[in-house]
Amino acid sequence: MRIIKLALAAGIAGMMVMASSAQAQQAPKKEETGKDIAFNRAKGNCLACHGMPTQPDAESTGLYGPPLIAMSARYPDKAKLRAKIWDSTVFNPNTSMPPFGKHKVLTEQEIDKVADFIYSL
Amino acid sequence: MKKAILGLIGLSLLGGAVTAMASPESDRQETIKYFTTKYPNIKIEDYVYGALAFDADSKAQYDAIMEFPPYEAVLDKGKKMWETPLKSGKTYASCLPNGGKNIAGNYPYFDDKAGKVVTLEDALNACRVANGEQAYKPADNATLGVLTAYMRTLSDGMLMNIKVEGPKALAAYEDGKKTFYSRAGQLNFSCATCHVQNAGVRLRSELLSPVLGQTVHWPVFRGGDNLVTLQSRYVGCFKSVRHVSAPAGSEKLNNLEYFHSYMSNGMPMQASVFRK
Repeated sequence: MRIIKLALAAGIAGMMVMASSAQAQQAPKKEETGKDIAFNRAKGNCLACHGMPTQPDAESTGLYGPPLIAMSARYPDKAKLRAKIWDSTVFNPNTSMPPFGKHKVLTEQEIDKVADFIYSL
Repeated sequence: MKKAILGLIGLSLLGGAVTAMASPESDRQETIKYFTTKYPNIKIEDYVYGALAFDADSKAQYDAIMEFPPYEAVLDKGKKMWETPLKSGKTYASCLPNGGKNIAGNYPYFDDKAGKVVTLEDALNACRVANGEQAYKPADNATLGVLTAYMRTLSDGMLMNIKVEGPKALAAYEDGKKTFYSRAGQLNFSCATCHVQNAGVRLRSELLSPVLGQTVHWPVFRGGDNLVTLQSRYVGCFKSVRHVSAPAGSEKLNNLEYFHSYMSNGMPMQASVFRK
């Protein structure tokens, strides 16, 4: 039993080393901003459904959802905004919005960054 | 008085039961009502144009393209396939009802003996097998797609006429309806999210097509002569919402096509059209 635990620990440690070396390799790459993630079609893809009237480079935006503007006034509590990104179906079962956190479309860190960015709009 | 109240309760219970067992026809009427209420300016007969019904500019471009369709060569190829005798010497026309003319709107139908939904493609494949040929791969764009692109032109203008009769047929219809309205995939969309709830609304720069009239014009030629069959489009839709799709020709997708086609009942078939 102890051997198995040791082996597991070794395996996990090994994976952590691999993960950190993978991170090290990617290190020179510029860190993705909340805006990068929001605009990336394979990640947030927010523009597929939402306009961002204050962002001149937000082009070909869809109309499934409301435009994202004056967000800090509309969401005095940023945590609520983040929770909506994490799983919007909690607030409206008929929403079209994908549950970005619940379904792991984005990581928790990515959602933090996107929430900060959206809040700034 | 007590009796009257009991009677009322009984009636309302009955009403509840009727609602729970909504018939395909009431489903269709409700869908029509949903769209005509939401979009009072769009004529019901224009729904066969899909998303084009919502945008006059796109419709004008479509009309211009359809004057000289860019996919005529593919239809010629399909015509040749249709007319070439099978191994037995018989043709497709000889093994389908009415010589294969004005029948596409009857498919898919529920085959009581086989206990399952039969699509037009299934019928063509059955024809092939009965006459010494191998079946084509379901929804295959290059074979069944080309063949049906021509064959469906023989039913141009026929009104979609899907029948759901008997408990087994109803179960298949209900299964298709369930697939249509169930959320799926990592992105958590149902077919209805886009093609009912957001039909006529832009996703990025694309207008989403409504469920009504959606099945009368497949296969479509997208962006020129790129042929896409209905069920290969289903597979594409599932992929878009990051869901592992059931394969084309599976019971699940055949049942979906059965429900989906019923929603277009009474609308004229539009064989081989251009779509963006």
